[in-house]
Amino acid sequence: MATIKGAIVVDTERCKGCGLCVVACPVKIISLAQKEVNKKGYPFAMQTEDKCIGCASCAIVCPDGCISVYKTKI
Amino acid sequence: MTREDIIKPENLVYKKPTLLNDNTMHYCPGCSHGVVHKLIAEVIEEMGMEEKAVGVSPVGCAVFMYNYLDIDCQEAAHGRAPAVATAIKRLWPDRLVFTYQGDGDLACIGTAETIHALNRGENITIIFINNAIYGMTGGQMAPTTLVGMKTATCPYGRDVKIHGYPLHMTEIAATLEGTAYVTRQSVETVAAIRKAKKAIRKAFENSMAGKGSNLVEIVSTCNSGWKMSPVAANKWMEEHMFPYYPLGDLKDKE
Repeated sequence: MATIKGAIVVDTERCKGCGLCVVACPVKIISLAQKEVNKKGYPFAMQTEDKCIGCASCAIVCPDGCISVYKTKI
Repeated sequence: MTREDIIKPENLVYKKPTLLNDNTMHYCPGCSHGVVHKLIAEVIEEMGMEEKAVGVSPVGCAVFMYNYLDIDCQEAAHGRAPAVATAIKRLWPDRLVFTYQGDGDLACIGTAETIHALNRGENITIIFINNAIYGMTGGQMAPTTLVGMKTATCPYGRDVKIHGYPLHMTEIAATLEGTAYVTRQSVETVAAIRKAKKAIRKAFENSMAGKGSNLVEIVSTCNSGWKMSPVAANKWMEEHMFPYYPLGDLKDKE
């Protein structure tokens, strides 16, 4: 069975750190930055583990459209 | 396989719609407005109406819609968007005309314009963002505020003896002869967002087919006005708003 690998790219300057993607992620691999903030002072979202399945849930719920999702089969 | 191997243009499955431009939105973090803007941009793109869509935004948080959506936009006086949209649609019947109104605007200040435009069966779509509060001006009580809900102007909660009952605009619209499609949706989960997108698409198609007026209510959050985190606001909306504003199609004239 082919495995699906995904990855997300967050536009960190556009992100406002609302945390809706953190809750929406079914594999729980998104978290807000702990010690970093963007230019506007928001802690931005980032992918923390390599388990992304490319389902795009995070990107669909993102109110600011900061997340691009990539998916491939191996 | 490394991250760099996955992140390639041919593997892209989702990105910000191109009609939503690069200006950072002024909405508070986690605001439902952003999601609805994104859905409108996606639907217009999918329908190929980029050059023919006209949005009308009256006063409210969404007054700056023209800054974020790459389509023609017209501003209207507070509550008067359906009147302006009526004129645009009558003069330009081939345009996709929609208004984008909040609950304070549509259910209070512009009640007359909204009800009459819907009743006349103007071929427009009204997107109604219902967050039970006047978000832009600092969280005052709106006609749609729930009974017992605390706001800046009713700090002890809405009391029916003084303030009356919450107004169900969508139910009123469903009883009018001129409406073709009246629905209530929400945008807090992926499934709900997909449904809301289908509803917006259907409303836009109805208005282009000349079937009558369409109202899409989106039950939304105003986390700053409600003084909650975005995640807690979504939960509060599910627990308190949905029993009073049940989701689903109220009218669908085939």
